[in-house]
Amino acid sequence: MSSKKMTEPRRSAIKKELRYVAILRIGNNSEVSYVREIKAEVIQNTVRDLFLQANYFIGKDVYDKLKEQCEIEESPVGKSVLKQIIENDEIASKEQIPICQDTGLAVAFIELGQEVLIVDGDFNEAINQGVREAYTKGFLRKSVVSDPVFDRKNTKDNTPAIIHVKIVPGDKVKITVTAKGIGSENMSSLKMLKPADGVEGVKKFVVDTAVNAGPNPCPPIIVGVGIGGTMEMAAILSKKALLRPVGQYNGDLRYAQLEDEILQEINKSGIGPGGLGGRTTALAVNIEYFPTHIAGLPVAVNICCHASRHAEKVI
Amino acid sequence: MENVIRIMTPVTTEEIRKLRAKDNVLITGVIYTARDAAHKRLVNLLNEGKELPIDLKGQIIYYVGPAPAKPGYAVGPAGPTTSYRMDPYTPQLLKLGLKGMIGKGTRSKEVIDAMKEHGAVYFGAVGGAAALIAKSIKKVDVVCYEDLGAEAIHRFYVEDFPAIVVIDSQGNNLYETEPKKYRIK
Repeated sequence: MSSKKMTEPRRSAIKKELRYVAILRIGNNSEVSYVREIKAEVIQNTVRDLFLQANYFIGKDVYDKLKEQCEIEESPVGKSVLKQIIENDEIASKEQIPICQDTGLAVAFIELGQEVLIVDGDFNEAINQGVREAYTKGFLRKSVVSDPVFDRKNTKDNTPAIIHVKIVPGDKVKITVTAKGIGSENMSSLKMLKPADGVEGVKKFVVDTAVNAGPNPCPPIIVGVGIGGTMEMAAILSKKALLRPVGQYNGDLRYAQLEDEILQEINKSGIGPGGLGGRTTALAVNIEYFPTHIAGLPVAVNICCHASRHAEKVI
Repeated sequence: MENVIRIMTPVTTEEIRKLRAKDNVLITGVIYTARDAAHKRLVNLLNEGKELPIDLKGQIIYYVGPAPAKPGYAVGPAGPTTSYRMDPYTPQLLKLGLKGMIGKGTRSKEVIDAMKEHGAVYFGAVGGAAALIAKSIKKVDVVCYEDLGAEAIHRFYVEDFPAIVVIDSQGNNLYETEPKKYRIK
């Protein structure tokens, strides 16, 4: 940051009532640079509002796609299931009650601008406090147990959240939250394929995972796929893929085509809405990829039910 | 809905044996809720030779952990949870006269065999239709295991609770028969 650039944020700061902190850098060329101050409370309130929004209001992308599929679904039972899902989503948004009783594990993806200074509180605790407020005051179900193996005691406020932070350029904070139900999470899978398995191997693993899940993950499902990186990278990418709107394909044409092929293959299974037969088993397949090792091809498949609940805001 | 069958709880084995996979039913009366933790406690009691806090004869268990109720509501959103997690416990409960389960997703061979033997059905409710389903639940009270919160055993007083027979007492299974009709080779 050069000092010349700094007149702009100062002016906009006054306009938007934003606060900046001046930092005097001392050296051969002493100069002043600025970082933007964001109170932990603002993070907390944003996280709270986003979890409420995600749990009460289905995204327009999912809603429109459900309606479109309901029109063309050939199976009478499948059509009836889709109608019930659409009616359910309308009731939830109208009455501001959760779409599903499983209001999920709280997952937050944060893109933190490197010119941001979080003040008056602990950043992670602010996120957890936001989750706590949303779940205890917003009539959401508390579904977190303190210890996975031994105690399994409910923490009673749905914390801790699962937090992924990425530092990015700029002076903004982008918060994306997802309330992830476990019915579909339990049907997810990860496999370290061999490079020789190639595109066909990827396709087979994703299709098999979705089809073997059958009626369990509340179809019609959304399939998030993470390819490449390491084991944990593939898993995180598969969760991120679920945050992309239904109907929006990967920017790389080859991956977009792969998404389409896998989607069609899954919909040939006949599983249908609710697993009771039909053409609509998946609404979308979203792939995210990352460079990987010369000897690796990790593939993670994260399945989400039709109640794909996520929301985002840039502060 | 065409060909809707209305049933009142508690039910008899004869009534249940008449139901066929794909029948649409509307359930009225009392149904009990139980999921993972409550099932574990019930079966632990049985294994210790103790009596259960509820008489399961002729009853229906709904696999659900509702969200909290907003003021003015009898219950929060209350859709079915995935049933297979209850499979290890279910045959023992069917032996005691449990006549129906409401959930979503597949059941094990052991459960289906026990359903055939004792005359019971597995109803499906639409997963993720929790706000809609809650409309048919008129009153709720806690029977036991209050410490489990949403996982406690509740008594739901339901009126025209919508469900579909997914697996009947002969073992006919919609999850197997229906997708086949729409499968493209």
